Amino acid sequence: MTQTSPQGQRPAVSFEDRMATVDFRVAERAHITVDTDVCRSCEVRACVHACPAALFVPTDDGGILFNYEQCFECGTCYQVCDAPGALTWSYPEGGHGVAFRQG
Amino acid sequence: MPPETNPAPAFDVVVVGAGPAGSAAALEAARAGLSVALLERGPYPGAKNVYGGVVYGRILDELVPGWWEHMPVQRWVTRRSTMLLTGSQALTVDFRAEDWGRPPYNGATAFRAELDGWLARLAEEAGAVLVPSTTATGLLRDTAGKVTGVRTDRPGGDLTGRVVIACDGVNSFLAKEAGLFAKVSGKQAEHTSLGVKETLALPREVVEERFGLSGRHGQDIEILGGTGGIPGGGFLYTNLESVSVGVVLSLTGLTASGVRPEAVLAGLKEHPAIAPLLRGAELKEYSAHLIPEGGYDTMPELVTDGMLVAGDAGAMCLAAGVWLEGVNYALGAGMYAGRAAAEAIAAGDTSRTGLAGYRRLLEESFVLADHRRLRRVPGLVFSDRVQRSYPGLLCDVAQGFFTVDNPRPKPGLRRLVSDAARRRGVRLRHLLSDAFTSARSFR
Repeated sequence: MTQTSPQGQRPAVSFEDRMATVDFRVAERAHITVDTDVCRSCEVRACVHACPAALFVPTDDGGILFNYEQCFECGTCYQVCDAPGALTWSYPEGGHGVAFRQG
Repeated sequence: MPPETNPAPAFDVVVVGAGPAGSAAALEAARAGLSVALLERGPYPGAKNVYGGVVYGRILDELVPGWWEHMPVQRWVTRRSTMLLTGSQALTVDFRAEDWGRPPYNGATAFRAELDGWLARLAEEAGAVLVPSTTATGLLRDTAGKVTGVRTDRPGGDLTGRVVIACDGVNSFLAKEAGLFAKVSGKQAEHTSLGVKETLALPREVVEERFGLSGRHGQDIEILGGTGGIPGGGFLYTNLESVSVGVVLSLTGLTASGVRPEAVLAGLKEHPAIAPLLRGAELKEYSAHLIPEGGYDTMPELVTDGMLVAGDAGAMCLAAGVWLEGVNYALGAGMYAGRAAAEAIAAGDTSRTGLAGYRRLLEESFVLADHRRLRRVPGLVFSDRVQRSYPGLLCDVAQGFFTVDNPRPKPGLRRLVSDAARRRGVRLRHLLSDAFTSARSFR
């Protein structure tokens, strides 16, 4: 399911393939949690499009589904979220999480 | 100043974060004969780090003599370009300096995993104990509130020290917990940018042909415009067998745009001035990181009782549009933090007063001198005029200047500028005031 990039040289990389280039050492415990009840009343939802890893997914019932496994630990969601109590944010336990090689 | 509390701290200095600031601090403190723990939450130094790609190593002359013979470098930057983009135009100022390709060198491209690993090893060789895979989860304080160490996520993982040097990055939870951001106005998102980057593989000879390079020479292109109207900028630089391309986007601008960051980057990559440079390249790694871009006026307090702050944790980045510097400030600040900690410990006073030498060392050095001088630049660079109007204005002037439209006579430069200014909605008085601010900042 690849589409050709405008350069016509190489197929465009899907978001899934893009994330597959990054090494993650997933911790058992989620380092970020999302209170979907709070998110339900949020109209801004800056996290949904600002998160560079696209980890915030709106659900049919108006909530937010969040995956911590492929988190860059950048802090974007934590900084752009204006809804008190929507996010709890910490770093993954030592040695876990993203491990960049070409940063 | 009460005497140091008992029992004796486990270390003289606990450094949190093995980035350039932390490793420089640990190196300097260890060299002063102190016992030093260097905590790193990643499995290896650099695992959590991403940057705009160029490290300026001059400060290392003081810290690591002959550093260029040992530093893990991809390429020495001998070609530095500033590119102004509109949707269909590009105006590039392209500068080459052969001098930058030989010692003592100017700037280099490097991968953070390699660079940070090398710096941490220097600290270890000087006697510091690197403790990787360990997250500092909070501060330890005595009853008077003085910082006496950190909690970690290891079982029984309290780590005490006479001085804690917090180099825990842009989100610095330690500086926040210590209350050091109390006087910084506005939300952090208002002076923070998101950098997203792709490292794209190309054969070495293709990199060299395409960018006009030979040997270990490299090019760094810094870009204004090309971010779809979101305040920020872009960059493209060469590694040995890859190129790295990225955009830096103001968090508030990104939020307001409703556009995804990798889509902004995709737009830059498709620009006619950029696409040919990337043709056929294969994605090796996608990465993202926040950058503290507010400059001097958004820095936290850097000293408190028992604790110093350095690097991104202290907002020591100049990273707005065409300026992308940070590792050099981190190295300098870390070195001064290590030095100030050693002096305070030797004098037996690690209170805020005893550690005040740190601020003095920073003030007397490029770290705070540069930031103070350029304090107005972040606001200017993120202004609508610089972001939206000036690249277009300058591209239009260049296009008018170079367009041959015979038999019509060529218009004069004054006419070209006034036409372009009108078309791009720039008023002369704004142009003058921005020019004045720039001139005053860079004088």
